[in-house]
Amino acid sequence: MSPTQWDLPPELCCRPMAFVALTGLDVVYNAVHRAIWDAFCANRRADRVPISFKVLPGDHEYPKCRTKRTSYEWYIPKGILKTGWMNKHLNLVPALVVLFYELDWDDAQWKEKQSECATKVEIVRTSLQGRNTKVAVVLIQKKTPLPPGEDVVASERAAALCNACDLSGKSLFVLPHTDHLVGYIIRLENAFYEHAQTYYYNEIRRVKSHKEFLNKTTHQLLFVRHQFKTGFFSELKQDTQNALKHYRSAYGLIHELRAHETNMLEIKTLAGFINYKICRLCFQHNTPLDAIAQFRKHIDLCKKKLGSGDLAFEHTAWMSKQFQSFGDLFDEAIKLGLTAIQTQNPGFYYQQAACYAQERKQQASQFCSHEPNVTYPLPDPLETLSGVLDFYGQRAWRQGHQSIDPPDPDREKQGVLALQMKERSVQHSELIIALLSNAVAQFKKYKCPRMKSHLMVQMGEEYFHAKEYTKALKLLDYVMCDYRTERWWSLLTSILGTALKCSYLTGHVKDYITYSMELVGRASTLREDQKSRIEKNLIRVLMNEVPEEEPNCDAGSVRAAQGLWGERLTLAAGNEFTIEVQDCVPFIQCKARFLSPSFHVDEPVQLHVYLRADCPHPVRFAKLGVSLSNQEYNQYCLVEEACKVKDILEPSSQENMCLVPGKTRKYCFKFVAKTEDVGRKIEITHVDLMLGVESGRCVYLNWRGGGGDAASAHEALQASRSFKRRTRLPGQQLEWDTVSVQASTMVISRVPRISVQLRHEPPALTNEMYCMTITIQSEEDTVARDVCLTAGLKPGQDANLTQTTHVTLDSSEGCDDAHPALLTDIVVGDLQPGQKMEKKLYVRCVNTGSRIFLFHVSYAISSTVEGKDIACKCHKVRDETVTIDTVVPFEVAVKFVSTKFEHLERVYVDVPFLLMVDILSASPWPVHLVDSQIQLASNMAAVDLPQSQVAAVVLQTGECASECFSLKCPPVQNGTSTVAAGHYLISWKRCVHPLTCQPLLIIVTVPVVLPLSHPLPPRTSELPSFGRVRESLPVWYHIENRTGMVQEVDVSVEPSDAFMFSGLKQVRMRILPGSVQEMVYNFYPLMAGYQNLPLLNVSVLRLPSIPSQLLQRFLPTRIFIKVRPPLHQHEPFLTLCYVMHYIHTGC
Amino acid sequence: MALVGSWLYNICLAVVCVVPTQNELKFHYTVHTSLDVVEEKVSAVGKALPDQRELYLGLLYPTEDYKVYGYVTNSKVKFVIVVDSSNTSLRDNEIRSMFRKLHSSFTDVMCNPFYNPGDTIQSKSFDSIVSAMMVQSS
Repeated sequence: MSPTQWDLPPELCCRPMAFVALTGLDVVYNAVHRAIWDAFCANRRADRVPISFKVLPGDHEYPKCRTKRTSYEWYIPKGILKTGWMNKHLNLVPALVVLFYELDWDDAQWKEKQSECATKVEIVRTSLQGRNTKVAVVLIQKKTPLPPGEDVVASERAAALCNACDLSGKSLFVLPHTDHLVGYIIRLENAFYEHAQTYYYNEIRRVKSHKEFLNKTTHQLLFVRHQFKTGFFSELKQDTQNALKHYRSAYGLIHELRAHETNMLEIKTLAGFINYKICRLCFQHNTPLDAIAQFRKHIDLCKKKLGSGDLAFEHTAWMSKQFQSFGDLFDEAIKLGLTAIQTQNPGFYYQQAACYAQERKQQASQFCSHEPNVTYPLPDPLETLSGVLDFYGQRAWRQGHQSIDPPDPDREKQGVLALQMKERSVQHSELIIALLSNAVAQFKKYKCPRMKSHLMVQMGEEYFHAKEYTKALKLLDYVMCDYRTERWWSLLTSILGTALKCSYLTGHVKDYITYSMELVGRASTLREDQKSRIEKNLIRVLMNEVPEEEPNCDAGSVRAAQGLWGERLTLAAGNEFTIEVQDCVPFIQCKARFLSPSFHVDEPVQLHVYLRADCPHPVRFAKLGVSLSNQEYNQYCLVEEACKVKDILEPSSQENMCLVPGKTRKYCFKFVAKTEDVGRKIEITHVDLMLGVESGRCVYLNWRGGGGDAASAHEALQASRSFKRRTRLPGQQLEWDTVSVQASTMVISRVPRISVQLRHEPPALTNEMYCMTITIQSEEDTVARDVCLTAGLKPGQDANLTQTTHVTLDSSEGCDDAHPALLTDIVVGDLQPGQKMEKKLYVRCVNTGSRIFLFHVSYAISSTVEGKDIACKCHKVRDETVTIDTVVPFEVAVKFVSTKFEHLERVYVDVPFLLMVDILSASPWPVHLVDSQIQLASNMAAVDLPQSQVAAVVLQTGECASECFSLKCPPVQNGTSTVAAGHYLISWKRCVHPLTCQPLLIIVTVPVVLPLSHPLPPRTSELPSFGRVRESLPVWYHIENRTGMVQEVDVSVEPSDAFMFSGLKQVRMRILPGSVQEMVYNFYPLMAGYQNLPLLNVSVLRLPSIPSQLLQRFLPTRIFIKVRPPLHQHEPFLTLCYVMHYIHTGC
Repeated sequence: MALVGSWLYNICLAVVCVVPTQNELKFHYTVHTSLDVVEEKVSAVGKALPDQRELYLGLLYPTEDYKVYGYVTNSKVKFVIVVDSSNTSLRDNEIRSMFRKLHSSFTDVMCNPFYNPGDTIQSKSFDSIVSAMMVQSS
């Protein structure tokens, strides 16, 4: 876009920097000069001083300085600010001219060169005649200079040169062309910067000095001008604080000017410039609130300064620009790190700018709609001699004129007319859209979605006005759904209206239909007559005719659109449209529901579809179809009528296909579900309603699922909350709100008419074959075929249970690990009506715990539904499941005891001991122990033939049976520490079980023993089981030395009251290795009953570690003494004596 | 001047316009866009305890032509009042008391057992209170 008169001049918007001209550099041909120039201009980062450099030829003509005015007495200013002034000081008049000259201190032709240099300086000075611009000389030298003061020649010659060129010593510089060029350059430019500062300082003083000559009546414009200039020079001097101060006072002064129609534009233009400068500096000083306050003040002051009524658009254009440029400044500040907030961001300014641009457009159309015979005035009043204006904001045809009334009314009229004609050619919409899109970008950033949508609507409308209907449609379509979800119907309706016009004008049939449907429907806030018009148009489109034009459309576009619609008629293809209604609120509502959430396979599935139209006129449709997840059923859910094109309007005799506004219509569908679908869900994928005709133009309204559009979810919620009394409507009418959507149903199997009963006696015992009797009885009217039974452990329990549970149908064979946990599909055969059948199932549970069993009977039966034969499968699950606990039948404890029934921790080699078995019944049922048996390991021997002592015993609950076996452990090889003893086997069964039932076996592993060999086991032999009173009782004790050494043994017998004895009472002897010492004692019992034998103390002298108790434990300690039978006459006395003795001793 | 948005969603419950203006639609847009600021403000103070929350949100944002004020009840019903920028008679305090009045009137509507929350308000007394308030202020 070319710059318009409203754009701010670039010299105003840039950052002013000191201007330094470099002369004497040949940057094209001289490499050294090129390098110097590059070092000056390349890489100018923020840390370098702000100077704008320019290379100029040595004889460059600088702008001439006008002769200084000595008195302002008769001077009348022609305007506020000349258009060229800012540019002049930025780019034309340098603060400092630097002359580069190649000269070494020891140059051979020093004299000549010195005078040449002086000439060059002179030339520059001449062309700067009257300016305060400084001149400096830089000598480019090949040699590195010596430290100051050391080079006498240098200082002498420098002084001479300064003298010759009339320079102060501060203005002469040396630039050695060596490695550190950039470093030297930076030092140089810092020095230049200082000179420039001085220059601008002097300029400021010069401008200020004029002030005393001015008077308030004629020189008001100059007050503004001088303040502005001071501010601008301060900026060049980089003194922004002072610049701001001067700009502020300039701003204050400009509003003191007498404003009238002729100079209004000039005042506003300059006010805008100064305001821009102030805001810019405020943002730069990081005081954004000051900037905003200034801007608000500016707008408030200038809002009312309308200017000429015929050129009102100029004011709005200017206002728009003010907002836009402030928005730009704000945005720039944000990019440099300022943070904006939701309620204060550049978007608002762009939005307001757009607002004024819209107003401008309106005014332009109001003031610039001339008759066609009005032509552009000639000569062009907007032409000036130089092509540009002398002063900012003045009229081309009366430049410099400052009186209240225009000098020439005719020229004034011509000028206004020229401006109006020019305004007509401005692309207003383009401007507005650009501003709006700027605002959209900002509001998007600052979380204002609604504002963004609003602006996008405005953009869309602007595109519509600009006749870019496709773009408008795209934008409007994008934001429509936001308003729809917020249910702000009035706004939606307005947007839809515009969108409908766009779609009409572009001939978009589908969009046209969609928008029409929504505008006619319940979400629209249009009046009935408007709805009626749109519906009639919609019907025309459905009948493949051209719709009537939309109101308020551009006439040319309407003509084009009619052509487009005409073409659409002749098109053969592409006349079928599908409209997804979940994204809009169409004029027909739909709800579909299955009558029940589930249907048995032997009853018909029922589906109702409710339709309702919200439009003003009745509407006919051609087809209603429901698509289900299984498409085979779709054929049953279809209403169709081959209707002719013409009778689409009048309600046909078959009212079925006509929707009357406000009435709910119900369509019932019924179908028989397929047996394959048992257990599956039938879902409504979509409902299709066809409007129009297939041969012409047809539109499918497509409701996803069981109906419902963009608004219906909320309506359903409101309806459910409503307290309104639901009145029963007359006849078959239904209240629409009461209908709820049921979009899916389950097909479930037929209700079985079969009974399954179970008999068993829980709990089950571990390892037993637990018997369960299943009785199946048919209650069907016809034959139940293919009856199958599935029985066993319910899947899905603990995986261990599956491993430890086995079922079988056959009781005769054992049930081992090979049998499964669940028997599936046991074929039972057919069942006649009323027939009963029994099955026995045996379960073996290896471990205890509770298990859930499943009994499931399935069968097939033929049935007739709706005149259709179907073979349905029925399933009966007997009470779902049975839980059975398993318990152990009895607990078996095995332990080793000595022959004296003392608990044994270890067993001694060759010393007999007892294996004791206790069987405790834990079963709730009596248990029959069939047999028991000990299976000894090879290194264990029975002392005598072991025989079961518990065989054929029946144990009631809690009873205990015990038996014991005498065993002996033969010597073991050295190194083996433990010895497996063997197994104990019990075979058992339930008492109630028939004899045929095999007894079950329990194997108990006898614990391992730890045999120890005894070095000197004493033992008795041939001790009789009892003795008699006063009958000699000989006892042999044997002590065997199993060690490899001679052992010395002390043997003593302690006396006892119950016995007299003969034999060695105390003896010490030696026993040779491997030999056995026999000792004979003759005991003579004195008392009857259990008597302690006299204690034999054995102590081994060499092995004191073996206590005598250990040796004694192998020896019998007691013996039963019987009374002697009465053989003689005196026996009773003796017996009596015994008894007395017995009483006496208390044994 | 206009008012009232929204239950849980930002649904328009009632918009009343003083000066039956040619540009009612513009008011709708103004009220609708002001909800951006309302939502932001509500979410910003949402962390404070509900009983300590100030219902009056103050000036939402200034536009060239209107001043938009907001108010949110504890049940997140939003009231919006739009005043002409040139109207200087209405200070913050007046606006605040208008909102209070509006709130109590709205509460009366909600107390009506036949009113279904979320429906557009159709109440004569509410209408008359609101229009009286607006006539007074304009």
